[in-house]
Formats: sequence, C-alpha cells, structure tokens
Amino acid sequence: MRSIIYQALFLAALVFVVWLLVTNTIENLRARGLKSGFDFLNSRSGIPISDTIIDWNPDDTFGRAYFVGILNTLRVGIIGIVLATILGTIIGIARLSSNWLVAKLASIYVETIRNVPLLLQLIFIYAFVGNVLPDQLNPIVIGAGFYLNKSGLIFPLLKLDTAHYIVGGVLLASLVAMLIYNRWAKRRQYATGVAPKRLLPSLGILIVPAVAAFLAMGAPAEFDVAAKTRFRFIGGGSIGPEFLTVLVGLVIYTASFIAEIVRSGILAVSYGQTEAAGALGLTRGQTLRLVLLPQALRVIIPPMTSQYLNLVKNSSLALIAGYPDVVAIENMTMNQTGRALEAILLIMAVYLTISLSISLAMNYYNKRIALKER
Amino acid sequence: MKKLAIAAATVVAGALAAGPALAGKDLDTIKKRGSLVCGVNTGLAGFSIADSQGRWTGIDVDVCRAVAAAIFGDANKVQFKPTSAQQRFTALQSGEIDVLSRNTTWTLTRDAAQGMVFTGVTFYDGQGFMVAKKLGVKSAKELDGAEICVQSGTTTELNLTDFLKANNLSKAKAIVFEKIEEAVSAFFAGRCQAYTTDASGLASTRSKDAKNPDDYVILPELISKEPLGPAIRRGDEELFAIVKWALYAMVEAEEYGVSRANVDQMKTSPNPGIKRLLGVDEKNDMGKLLGLKADWAYQIIKQVGNYGDVYERNVGPKTPLKLERGLNALWSKGGLQYAPPVR
Amino acid sequence: MAVSDTATESAAIGPPPATTGFLGWMRKNLFSNVWNTLLTIVCAYLIIRIVPPLVSWLFLDATWGEAAPQQCRAAEGACWAFVTEKHRVILFGRYPFLEHWRPLLGICVLLTVVLTSCFRRCWRPWIALVWIGGLGAFFVLMFGGDVPIGLRAAAAAAAGAFLIATLRSSGSTRSLLFGATALFALLALAAGPIFRVIDGVLNAAFGTGPLLAGATGIWFEIPTGLGFVSTSLWGGLPLTLLLSILGIVVAFPLAILLALGRRSKMPLIRMFCVGYIEVIRGVPLISLLFVGSFLLPLFLPRGVEISDLLRAQVAIIGFSAAYLAEVIRGGLQAIPRGQFEAADALGLSYWQKMAKIVLPQAITIVIPPIVNTFIGLFKDTSLVSIVSLTDLLLATKDIALADVDWRAFYAEGYAFIALIYFVFCFFMSKYSQYLERQFETGRQKRR
Repeated sequence: MRSIIYQALFLAALVFVVWLLVTNTIENLRARGLKSGFDFLNSRSGIPISDTIIDWNPDDTFGRAYFVGILNTLRVGIIGIVLATILGTIIGIARLSSNWLVAKLASIYVETIRNVPLLLQLIFIYAFVGNVLPDQLNPIVIGAGFYLNKSGLIFPLLKLDTAHYIVGGVLLASLVAMLIYNRWAKRRQYATGVAPKRLLPSLGILIVPAVAAFLAMGAPAEFDVAAKTRFRFIGGGSIGPEFLTVLVGLVIYTASFIAEIVRSGILAVSYGQTEAAGALGLTRGQTLRLVLLPQALRVIIPPMTSQYLNLVKNSSLALIAGYPDVVAIENMTMNQTGRALEAILLIMAVYLTISLSISLAMNYYNKRIALKER
Repeated sequence: MKKLAIAAATVVAGALAAGPALAGKDLDTIKKRGSLVCGVNTGLAGFSIADSQGRWTGIDVDVCRAVAAAIFGDANKVQFKPTSAQQRFTALQSGEIDVLSRNTTWTLTRDAAQGMVFTGVTFYDGQGFMVAKKLGVKSAKELDGAEICVQSGTTTELNLTDFLKANNLSKAKAIVFEKIEEAVSAFFAGRCQAYTTDASGLASTRSKDAKNPDDYVILPELISKEPLGPAIRRGDEELFAIVKWALYAMVEAEEYGVSRANVDQMKTSPNPGIKRLLGVDEKNDMGKLLGLKADWAYQIIKQVGNYGDVYERNVGPKTPLKLERGLNALWSKGGLQYAPPVR
Repeated sequence: MAVSDTATESAAIGPPPATTGFLGWMRKNLFSNVWNTLLTIVCAYLIIRIVPPLVSWLFLDATWGEAAPQQCRAAEGACWAFVTEKHRVILFGRYPFLEHWRPLLGICVLLTVVLTSCFRRCWRPWIALVWIGGLGAFFVLMFGGDVPIGLRAAAAAAAGAFLIATLRSSGSTRSLLFGATALFALLALAAGPIFRVIDGVLNAAFGTGPLLAGATGIWFEIPTGLGFVSTSLWGGLPLTLLLSILGIVVAFPLAILLALGRRSKMPLIRMFCVGYIEVIRGVPLISLLFVGSFLLPLFLPRGVEISDLLRAQVAIIGFSAAYLAEVIRGGLQAIPRGQFEAADALGLSYWQKMAKIVLPQAITIVIPPIVNTFIGLFKDTSLVSIVSLTDLLLATKDIALADVDWRAFYAEGYAFIALIYFVFCFFMSKYSQYLERQFETGRQKRR
C-alpha cells in the first residue's frame, strides 16, 4: 500500500515536471518567434555535404541529409569496430608477451593513449595529416591509380555492369551453400565422431563458383581511374582525410581499452585449463578454439560491448574534423532551420537505436555463451 | 517587501549567472549592471579579436565601446562575450548578451523571425573567395573541380551552393567545417584550394592567419550582399535608438570632420551641426532625447573615434587587412555610409 | 647423484647459460626463441627510427624559455617558447590577465581538497566540511566581487553540521530529514541559480513571484576587494577541473538514488530509473551538451537565465549520474544477500538498511571504478569546447593558437595540454589501481 502511494506521488511529480517543461517550451518558442515540427525534413536543404556514400545534391531535402549522416556514422562505426577489435586484440596479447620489449611498448601505448582525451587526439591527428600529406597535385603515387594527398586516399573504382551483379548473386548463393555444408559437417561429427575437413571445402564452395562465373562472362573489369585536373585528381573513389582522421582516432583510442579487456580476459582463464586440454590430447589450435577462447570470451564480451558502444558514441566527435556524421549534419540543420529541439531529438534517436541494437545483439550472444550453472 | 525580494533575486542572479533574473527593460538592466554585455566573434582580426592579455580590438568591438560610451560615458564598461556562429542568436534571445556585434549579416529572416532587430550597418560586405596565388585562378567561375573550405551554420554555405549551381560548377566540392577556425586552418594547411567567407573576413584571415599573405589572392567576384551590423533583442525601443544613433553619430562626426584627434578643439567650433553633435549647445540637448547625457557623442568620439577613425584603425589600408574604404566610404565620397542628421 | 664441487669438473662441463645479470636477462626476455628475436629486432628498429628524432625534437633542438617566433622557426626542434609565451592564456583562458593569481590559487585549493580526499584515513564525515570550505573558497576567489554572507553562509554551516550528524547517527527517518536539510542547505550555498529555477517554476505554475531566492538572499555583502569576474570569462584548467569535480560530486547522490531506484520493487520508479540510465548511456555526451546549451534555455520559464557554464555543468552532471549509477549498482549487486536478510531480521527500515548496512559496503567496493569514471569524465570535459566553453583545449586552440605568429606551433600547444591531461589521468588511474590492491589484500586477510 505504501509503495502505491509513493509511486502515485512520484508519478504526480513526474507529470508535473513534464507538463512544466512542455508549457515552458511552447511559451518560449512562441515568445521567440520560433517554429517547431518536423516538416523541415521535406524542404530543400541547400547545404553542401563533403563526404557521402549515397548521392548528394544541395537540392535534396533535410530528410535525406539526415539519412546521409546516419550512413556516415554507421560507416565509421562499423569499420572502426572491426579495426579496433583487431588492433586491440594484438596489443592486448602483446602486453602479455614474454618478450620484454614488446610488452613494454604495448603498455606504453595503452597508458599514453587512454590518458589523453580523444577530442585532443582527433584535433592533433587532423592537423598532423593536413600538414604532412603532400598537396593535391603532387600526390604520393602508391601505384595503379592509387594516390595519397591532402584530399585523402584516391583509388580506382570498378565500373559495375550486369556481370558483376551476377557474380555477386553467385557469391551469395555459395555463402548459403557453405553454411549448409558446415552444418552438415557438424552433425556428421556428432553422429560419427569423425570431424570432416571444414576450412578448405568451405573456401572452395565460397570462391570457386564465383570465380568461374566471373571468368565465364569474360572477366569484365573496367576501372574508373582518377585523372589529374587543374586543382586535384578527380574520378575514382576516395577516402577523405576527415574520414581517415576520425577512423584512425577512434581505432587508436578504442584499441587501448580493448587491449586491456583482452588482456584481462586471457588472464582470467586459469593455466590449468590449458594443461587439462593438453592432457586430453587436444592440439594447440583446438585448445585455443575449444577451451581458451570460449572461456575468455565470457569475460571479454560484456566490457567489449560497452567499448563498441563507446566507439559509436565517440564517433559523434567527428564534427571537429569536418567529417559529416549525423551530429555534424544535424548541427548544420539546426543552424539553418532553427529547429534545435527536433535536430537534437533526431541525433539522440539514431544513437539510441544503434546502442539498443548493439546491446540486444551482444546480450543475445552473451546468453548463448554464458556458463550454464546448476 | 516585494521590492526587496526582487532586488535580492536580482543580486542572486548576478552572483552566478550575471544575467537578468526577471527580464525588464534591457536598458534598465544594463544601467543597473553598470556594464554592457556584448557578443563578439571568437577571433576575427579587424572585427573582434583578443590579444594574449584579453584586450579586445576591432570594428565590432569598437561599436560596443561606442554604445558603452554613450550610455555610461565610459567606453570601458563593456564585457565582451565571445560567441560562435551557432550560439550567437540563442545568446541574444536568451538575454545573455545585450548587443550582438559579431559581423552578422542583416537579413529579413533574422530581422523578422528570430526575435532580434538590426540597428544599422557598420560594414558593407559581400561573400568572396580566396585562393593560393600559385594556382593562377583569376575568377571564381574557374573554380570547377576545386575543393572549397567553408564554415557551416551561416548564410555562407547556402550562398556557396547557390553560386556553384548557378554557374554550373558541378565538380567543385565544398568541405564543410563546424567552426571558422577549423575551416581557416584547413585551408592554409592546403586541404582546400579555395576558401570562402565574407570579403572582409577573407582579408582579415589573410592578414592574420597566412604565413605569407602575399601568397594568396582574393578573387574579384562578390557572390552575395552581406551588410554587417549590430543587433539587439526585440522589445526595447530606447536601447534600439541608442545603439542606432551611436553608429550614426560616428558617421556624422566623420562627415563634420570631427575625429578623435581634434574633438576637443572642435568643441569650440561655431558650426551649429558640430555643436549639436558634441552637446555643447545646451538649448539643443540631443542626448536628453535619447535619455543620455548631453556629451554622449563627444564621449564616443573622444574615447572611440569617428567611423573613419575606427575603420582606419582596424581594417583600413594601413592595417594588415589593407581594406580600401570602397562601399564603406561616406556617401559624399562615393560610398554607402550615410547618417540621418543629428538634429 | 652426488653433486661435485670441484672446480675442474665444472670447468669441463662449461658454465650454464647465464640466467642472471644483464646478458641473462636479455636472453630470457628478448631473445628466447627465433620469433621473439624477430619481434625484438622489429621493435628495436621502430624505437631507433622514432625515439632519437623525437628526443631531439622535444629536447635537444628545442627552443626553450623566452624567444621570438622567428627564432623558433629557425630552430629545428620544438618551440617551447610558445608555451612560455602563451601558458597563461592556455591555463586560464580569458580570465582577466592581472587577476590570474586567483584561478591559480583556486586550482591549488581544489587540488588540495581532492588530494586530502585520496587518503583513506580522511574518509571521515569531516571531509564533507573540507569540500564545502574548499568549493566555497574556490568560488569566492573566482567570482570576487561582493560575497553574500548571511543566510546562505549560515545555511552552509548548518549543512556541514547536519551532514556530520546524519553520517554519525543511525539511519533513522530523523537523520534522513537532517540529510535532506543538509543537502538543501548545501545547494543554498553554491546554487543561487537553482533557487531561481525553482522560483521560476513556481512562478510559472502558480504565479508566486520570487520566493526562495528572496528568502535565502537576505544577507550582508562582504566585499572581497576583488573585481567581479563573470563565468563567461572563466577558462582553462580551473574550468576543466570544476566541470569534472562538480560533475562527480553533485552527480553522486543522484547516482545513489538512481541505483537504488533501479533495484527498487516499485515498478514505476524502477522503470523511470532504468529509462533514465539507459537513455543517457545510449546517447553521446555531445548531444547532452547540445541539450544543455541549446534546449535548456527553452525548457526554463521565461525570465530565468542560467550561464553557459552552468548549462554545460548540468549536462555533465546528468551524464555522469547515469554512469555512476551503474557503477554503484555493480557494488550493490556484489553485496551478499545475507547482508540484506540480516538487516531485515534486525527490523531495520529500508533507508536504515541502505544507509547503515548496504551502501557503506557497496560504495567502498566501487571506489576504484568511481575513480575510473572520474578519469573518463575529466577527459570528456574537453567536449565543452564544442559548445564554446573555454576549457584547456579551446583556450589552446582558439586563443593561444589564434595568434598567427605562433600558429605553426600547434603540436607544441597540444602536446602541452596533452601532458596536463596525461599527468592527471595517469596518477588517478595509478591511485585507483592502488586502491584496488588495498581492497584486495584487505579481503584476503579477512579470509
């Protein structure tokens, strides 16, 4: 009974506060002559966006700009997570190396990077990249249409035609076939106790049909190569220094945290486990795959999830380097339309969705590998 | 009792926020506070910039000083609050600053729908482009294919996309930065081949931020009209009049040839116009009409200078910015600076 | 097998590979096998490529002391003259130049308070008084002008007394009341704006006009003889320290409530706490700073204005409360059920149980992660530069480096503040590790 009274009081207070906020906001918007609503998403933006995955034209709407921003955030987030995991794992293992020099270097890396704000690192990297790379007309030629200059990394782009889409389709079909084969192999192992070979056949199933299809269609490969114009190399694909800065900054920073997680994860598995596996006659690879990793992962996954979340959230600092992520674009939108409330809500919605998805996915995975206790 | 409570509330307000507790007349708030809070640029040479010791200089800064001189008789009674392009309007609307003097373009939308009013034009400007001299570009229309650094959140980026579209420069690419400092340093680091902002800003940037100013040229085209001037919040006609006439007094003084150097001699001038302006003629107290002291304009000219003084000191040909008067010459000399008569 | 100790025999076998001494150490740690040798060589190569040029840039070829920018350009190495020239604007931002001793003294006061709190023997109720005094002194120094003494100061003194009384007495309803009063009085000391907001809210809702701000504002004004400096001029290190320290200290009680709420049996309260914590943790800090900077003025009643600094501070407090709540929840979960059951068996009320039994244990366990949260927050305060507060980062970027003569020396400027951040974070993380070890040994001893 008492708890119901408390809750009723709490609810009343909450409703009161929300009511106040809403009335204040309406009153303030009116008094300042500001409009509200999401109708601006359908109006012409007129803003330039420098780095996009999908086509962008200033005549497009603010709604499309929002979408462009989300894609940019996802791009840097996904690539960042993959690279940070790789780098972090390497450094985490390096910290445990029996080699003194390697272990020391890795720990200097970790201690330095994680004790300096990411924002400062991003600003520094961007200034550094801008000052060190050669100018647009005198790029570092890496070879065959690959150039590196102040406009970033420029590379040839495959001109897609129907043949490539067919190869893509074949590849997809082979992927399914590969998964079916692996399933069959597992079942067979449980049934007979003999494990069929998996790695080579899998790769074969995946690659051979696609290559065959590609060759059968005459291997069409025409590339769009960047050409030198008056100001810079135009054409092909490019990765701007803004994207590179944000990616490198996020990867270096997050890797220093992941390294610590990996290290403690490995340390958490007692050495007895390795010895026991040896006693059972497992090979080193099997020991790692079947005994050590599953146990280390159980310790690693929860903190790793929050690092992934941090990386995505930290990508919001991209605006400092001029990379048009969703925050930068909504910030621009806010300034052009005056719809601060709406723009900030849109930003939050994106990150909440991403965070919730990552959390749910990782929770599901975590549950699957969790220790089943009696 | 109620009065005491209100007074107390105001003091509490001052204690942490230095803002008005209950918005009354802005002018009253300013007088009570004893200083003018002026929103200025975070750093634009010639317009508003602070040195290592926090001393502010520039046209926009001098406008604030002139207003303070008019209100308090002391040009130093100003607190400068650096604001970013993104924050400036919020700061003005919310009452954090009394006057926004931050190279802000006067547009219809801003005047009509953003809760503020512009009081005049201190600088007639237009958006231009700057490029490295070695590229040999002579006109902005040659910029197809170039990367152009631009700051976001202003009319500048919109003007740029309009210009590129109108002139079919489809291969040009805008590189957008959150803050002006970032756009500028990216341009000078060679990230872009061109940089666009108001022409005065280009000159300012070239003088202040370029290692060697002669390596850069400002292209002749101006792609927009940018009348820059101070703005105040809506709803205080008296403050509006004071800020407006502080500007006009400076222009009027230049017309009469009253400058900072000769203002004391001019006090004895027989010219009735000068007498009216400097408040020497007691029967013709212009200050009283504005709610100010009789010598309001004298204080502006004595402590800050006339429009010409301010221009020459901050952006004129003898400063690193090297801006000719051009549009900003007096109307009598072929420019646009024109003051209604102080009478 | 008998061990022979004659010299001739051992000479015949030859000495065993050295496992001690420098060579032995090298063999063991650097060249134990082919793979390790290879790694060592690669690392050594990297070090040789990086370290000597870095050292000569940093130290040998650097320009130290006072020098003109031209001298720096002529020199090969780093231009520390830049830091000499600009260190005051970097450290204190736009604070009036002649008054820089005030923020400097303010920093010293804050750091003394923080350092005092690091010693376990100082984890006593009286530390609350040290904090109240320290923060009070800091604000008096930074603001200057006339310090309102009177009801507020009395309130502050009462706050201290009540706080101590609360912490020492049993967790009864009465002491809770004391605690609430103390908290309120504490707010009275530091937070005029909070009263203005409450007043504004009441005014908007019921048309009451100023009540609290008026009532608590009956005071004498003690002139400090120092000029008044508004928060818009605060900057540099004091700002960074203030934002992060208040960000933890003020968020702490909120975090305890959120953590308890999240474990509450009342569904409505639990839902609210879970919602708050998850939403805040799901969005980036910069979006919250945007809320503080652009939306807070919209949310407040007409006529209530709060400064930029306070807006950012509110956003940071709201942010860190959610993270701290999760840390504290971790501590609560680590308390064995038996403790709860024992408290229930003694007939303690919910608040008594929490205040006397559970929270003291839970919070002690999580002090190291709290320090880690503080480190994160300390770094994250650099984000306020995006909403144009002149913290260390922005003071360097937009004031010190705005000077074209020195613009080329951005690396030196950033290195200098990176060093400041590093020193703070590094020692705090070492401190947190030290505490962890202390607690670890404490627990082992008990076993």
